[in-house]
Amino acid sequence: MLLIKNGRVLDPSSNAEASLDILLDGPLISKVGANLTASDAEVFDAAGMIVTPGFIDLHCHLREPGQELSETIETGTRAAARGGFTAVCTMPNTQPVNDNASVTRGIVERAAAAGMVRVWPIGAASVGSQGDALAEIAAMKDAGIVAVSDDGKPVATARLMRQVMDYCRGLDLPVIDHCEDPSLFAGGVMREGPRSIRLGLKGIPAQSESICVGRDVEVAMLTGARLHIAHMSTRASLEYVRAAKKQGLQVTCEVTPHHFTLIDEDVRYDSHYKMNPPLASREDRAALIEGLADGSVDAIATDHAPHHPSSKDVEFDRAPFGITGFETALALGLNELVHTGKLSLKRLVELFTSGPARVLGIERKIAADEPADLTIFSPDHSWTFRVSDSPSKSRNTPFDGRAFRGAAMATIVAGRIVYRR
Amino acid sequence: MLQRLQHLLGIEDLTREQVSFILDQAKPFQEFHRHPLKKLATLRGKTVALAFFENSTRTRISFATAAARLGADTMNLQAESSSLKKGESLLDTLWTLEAMRPDGIVIRHSSSGAPEFVAQRLGIPVVNAGDGTHEHPTQALLDALTIRDRKGNLEGLHVTILGDILHSRVARSNIHLLSKFGARIMLYGPAMWVPGELESLAPNVRRASSIEEALDGSDVIIVLRVQTERLHEPALAAEEYILQFQLTSERLRLAGPDALVLHPGPMNRGLEIDPNVADGPQSCVLGQVTNGLAIRMALLYHLVGGAPSETTLSAGTTGKE
Repeated sequence: MLLIKNGRVLDPSSNAEASLDILLDGPLISKVGANLTASDAEVFDAAGMIVTPGFIDLHCHLREPGQELSETIETGTRAAARGGFTAVCTMPNTQPVNDNASVTRGIVERAAAAGMVRVWPIGAASVGSQGDALAEIAAMKDAGIVAVSDDGKPVATARLMRQVMDYCRGLDLPVIDHCEDPSLFAGGVMREGPRSIRLGLKGIPAQSESICVGRDVEVAMLTGARLHIAHMSTRASLEYVRAAKKQGLQVTCEVTPHHFTLIDEDVRYDSHYKMNPPLASREDRAALIEGLADGSVDAIATDHAPHHPSSKDVEFDRAPFGITGFETALALGLNELVHTGKLSLKRLVELFTSGPARVLGIERKIAADEPADLTIFSPDHSWTFRVSDSPSKSRNTPFDGRAFRGAAMATIVAGRIVYRR
Repeated sequence: MLQRLQHLLGIEDLTREQVSFILDQAKPFQEFHRHPLKKLATLRGKTVALAFFENSTRTRISFATAAARLGADTMNLQAESSSLKKGESLLDTLWTLEAMRPDGIVIRHSSSGAPEFVAQRLGIPVVNAGDGTHEHPTQALLDALTIRDRKGNLEGLHVTILGDILHSRVARSNIHLLSKFGARIMLYGPAMWVPGELESLAPNVRRASSIEEALDGSDVIIVLRVQTERLHEPALAAEEYILQFQLTSERLRLAGPDALVLHPGPMNRGLEIDPNVADGPQSCVLGQVTNGLAIRMALLYHLVGGAPSETTLSAGTTGKE
């Protein structure tokens, strides 16, 4: 048994915010109340800390199977635990692609063996994510996938998207799309604009993303399926999502910490500033933050994309896209959004907990008999992120050496403390 | 205060004084080329690595000749023969080069930013001989030297740049350099190759709406090579280009008799430039080549020779921030 005492419990699902103690018994929450005691329980003193439902990351790459030089389920989930995440959704672009139940089962088993945070696999929408035939989605659902996506690339055609959505509606699974128009993207390495012109780097127009978001929203209207837009980065995309929500469509979206923190003007000849979608314009960032605040954006997702140092330490245009994100997500949220007064603390917590849960069609709350998955963080703890301390196998982050106010203090999964600062 | 250069990675971060300093340093080397014996001992015992990861004949020969005339030895790395073709990374290739202890490295690379990437990782001076669609600083310096010689100074010129500006590192370096001296710069070319963002590169850069507007009253016309090999966009028919954008004798008259015509070479005669203009009295094309040698000698002397000059006040700092 574990007794969490003196913390400030913040549960967006019930709008509760109070100083309460929580008693965990095995994998479940046993009691929530004031001044709880349990003589045989281990006590965690959460004085000055915020206790919330366990954080969920809707979007990450754990690179296993097949790319274990960059990350494994074990190293990735250790990094996730340090960031306060209790569950992470891992994208299917592994080698082989997670497009069938045996790969899914392998991921689930490896995650259980690692024993850190929960890993919820996302299955491929099409075989090999090649955009031709439907993957074995129902079998993968039985094996544990929580959504489908051809992440890394968009679902190839409107026709395939229609088929995937129709099928997934029947299975009650959300379809997550990485939105980009490959013909407009065409060899680009950063957002098209004054900065790309100055650096002489091939630009990707903002419309590469929004054209595809527009298409997907149209197909969601056609099919009535659940559509989730991955790592959304532009104002125009957000407008499509807003319009879809207004019409009552089941359309949701996520924004990454790097897109609400950095912009195209920050890009330099350093591949730690190279990600897809690329860092957007100042105006787009302002729109995304507005969407995070007003509820148009449903979740903050890391898009944790580890790449082995040797693959990133190359010329900018030859480097792979992506940065790591687990360990800096909460701190960036606190520093860029909450401490600046743009979002309330409760709204930020919602974007890490009940928001992503809703996208997956589940609930996350602190109450008796609920899973004992909790995130405990301090909004004020001062620390400096040192990538050399990270358990991740990769080092590709632009935030190395950044000083933060606020950090995860403990991560509890199924009643067990998997990380403690 | 004039800061000593450690590298030459681009024009953008140089001060106007640093540019003038390099141009002044090139003066004695211009004279030197008229001597019957064209060899100095200034860099004797020094080695310059020429790392050309992208094919180049003119710029490579110019740097090799500049090094030779200063008495330096050169190590040659060419794209066709390089181990990059065998999958070696840029970094490994350069560390191999560095292990042979060159005193400076000249790099041309198809990736924008590659020279900066190299400069951050090697402990020797790096000269950018053209990187992707970013900068080609020695070209802009030799153009400036050519213009200054013919016009007397660089102040407040009306400059026209014609062609595929989006993909041109020559255009970017020229824009940065000439605008430091108060130039008014007009850009003109096929609209998809002259995006509006170019106007944000430097003050007083503007897109012209017609070739007439672009050339009217111009003091200097820089004609860019049409670089079909670097294009991602669907190509434009040559006839279309000639009809709308070629610098013809007739169009040159709009600029007046004193206007200079520059071309970084190699020229596509009859495509971006009328042969009569290329060979005419206003053309500076061959003078550019000779000045290229002088500029590169001055740079190698300054960067690789490492001799502290009286005019360089704060040794140890870099031109980049």
